[in-house]
Amino acid sequence: MAAQPVLDEHSMIKVQAPPAALEREPLVGQQHGPGWLSDRIAGVIEGETPAWWKISFAISVTMLTVCFSMILYLMSTGVGIWGLQHPVMWGWAIINFVWWIGIGHAGTLISAILFLLRQRWRTSINRAAEAMTIFAVMCAGVFPLIHIGRIWYGWWLFPVPNSNGIWPQFRSPLMWDVFAVSTYFTVSVLFWYMGLIPDLAVMRDRARTKIRKFSYGLFALGWTGSNRHWSNYEKAYLILAGLSTPLVLSVHSIVSLDFSVSQLPGWHTTIFPPYFVAGAVYSGFGMVLTLLVPLRRMLKLEEIITVRHVELMCKVTLATGSIVGYAYGMEFFIAWYSGNPYERFLFLQNRAADPFILGPLFHVPAAPYWWAFWTMVTCNVVVPQFFWFKKVRTSMLTVFVLSILVNVGMWFERFVIVITSLHREFLPANWGYYGPTWVDILQYLGTFGLFFTFFLLFLRYIPLIAIAEVKGVTPQADPHHPLGGAKVGEGH
Amino acid sequence: MPASYAIMAEFETPAATLRAAEKVRDAGFRQWDVFTPFPIHGMDSAMGIKNSKVGWFSFIGGCTGYATGMLMIWFMNAVDYRIVIGGKPMFSPFAAFPPSYELTILFGAFGALLGMLFLNRLPRLHHPLLKNRRFALATHDRFFVVIETTDPIYSEQETRQLLETLGSRHIEMVEE
Repeated sequence: MAAQPVLDEHSMIKVQAPPAALEREPLVGQQHGPGWLSDRIAGVIEGETPAWWKISFAISVTMLTVCFSMILYLMSTGVGIWGLQHPVMWGWAIINFVWWIGIGHAGTLISAILFLLRQRWRTSINRAAEAMTIFAVMCAGVFPLIHIGRIWYGWWLFPVPNSNGIWPQFRSPLMWDVFAVSTYFTVSVLFWYMGLIPDLAVMRDRARTKIRKFSYGLFALGWTGSNRHWSNYEKAYLILAGLSTPLVLSVHSIVSLDFSVSQLPGWHTTIFPPYFVAGAVYSGFGMVLTLLVPLRRMLKLEEIITVRHVELMCKVTLATGSIVGYAYGMEFFIAWYSGNPYERFLFLQNRAADPFILGPLFHVPAAPYWWAFWTMVTCNVVVPQFFWFKKVRTSMLTVFVLSILVNVGMWFERFVIVITSLHREFLPANWGYYGPTWVDILQYLGTFGLFFTFFLLFLRYIPLIAIAEVKGVTPQADPHHPLGGAKVGEGH
Repeated sequence: MPASYAIMAEFETPAATLRAAEKVRDAGFRQWDVFTPFPIHGMDSAMGIKNSKVGWFSFIGGCTGYATGMLMIWFMNAVDYRIVIGGKPMFSPFAAFPPSYELTILFGAFGALLGMLFLNRLPRLHHPLLKNRRFALATHDRFFVVIETTDPIYSEQETRQLLETLGSRHIEMVEE
């Protein structure tokens, strides 16, 4: 040091390292500093394309082709190729829509709500989770668009003047949904892109080839890391987090209103909005774990996405899964307590009565979809309870398997809500049994192609961890920490 | 020799940068800035920067969004093409609330992002500092205090001396 800095009065703050017992497990392993973080995270993109990436990409693109082929088949033929039949006119398309959009919710929860709650661990996972959100909402958006049957009239959903002189009808929750989902997608992209700007600048400044320098530089918008810019940037980030929080809560609430505003037993429930939001966050965290648990290993990011991060995500899954379990119980209680015979019939005889215990116990025939109902309960109520155990939370293989079960369960939840409520009308003459066709199944699998094609491209070209944000939570970034240059006992 | 844009001093820790920024602020410089790979806590007050005005852009955006939603729905469903739904009033702020709420957030978010870019005068595709090789470390792990030569109290010798006493180990001039 050339000269010892002279401190003025007001900046004399005593610096002391916290006692060892109070030290938390660090967010970045091995006390790695900012330089190491840049190298490690950017290295994922700069290194050679790994073989597993190429193979996965080939599979994803194949599935994407399937997705588009099925859409083409649907457009050329009509919705009759799906399993839809009276009385079930909302089938897999709506199930998949709600499922995908629910998955998206974890990204916004991590980026916005955990930011407002000052959960600093979110920085290691928010970028990938936000990307997941955007791609999941894209997959979700496919379904309402194609299930209208005549896709070329899709623009009638938006308040655009047309030659008939008719406007959309805004008392319909389906119309609210158009606004909720499109706003959700747009704001998620804005938030994600704003978080990316400093990292694109990192990539620009590290670029060795002209084309990289140009393309990263173009999207970095000339970011220099000026503190006058950071000041506005952080304020804008805070505001976006503040706006995204009510947004994410409203989106799945409005999705749930698609059901609960109707008069149908099983749908007409006031608990739906909070119950859908909790379920969405639950499934979203399931998906984040499914994606990140293998990725942290394959991309050697275990020191940035640490076991502590995985554990914390498991705990959020446990919490939201338990809320979902509570909501199931409450739905049943209200169905019984309301004394409404239709509600009681639906919950017992359309959903829960299995042929072994509940059916014989209540002297009712087995519900046609009892297997779907009990798959849902197993995966959504029982599975998350395993996360009470530290052994489970720290075993990556177990977490991975359970995280997949979470999303199996959440898919079945939407199946139970949509199908079991519809398949038996008030008149027994109108009862039916719904099953998907091969087109339904391939269409659903096809959206995985859409999701993974985009997600793999994201992994390859965009830093999958927010570099600048992770740097900011290291002790090296803290001017009051010895590692950040503060002198112990001396001040500032 | 090309004209100089600024004098640039490199620092290695956030603490040193923070101390340096306080001194530069107290010396009375106006056209100067600190460049860091991540925002440093406390740097705004160390530099004497006032609270950001981004909030106003977002607020105006949000109000515009809410008004747009309400007016749009009122005009469409109650004026231009009247539809009776379930015998309810042509327009009710309650049914119009969800889309208007979403538009509040949408416009507010655009206000925040575009306001941030506007206040930062971005996008800017050229900047003298971005031509400097050493400066590329500003997004990596180094911290820079940059004082522009157009600052009223800038003087080639004294400013360099000040930065040296603040503990910078690498000082250089940045070309225009």
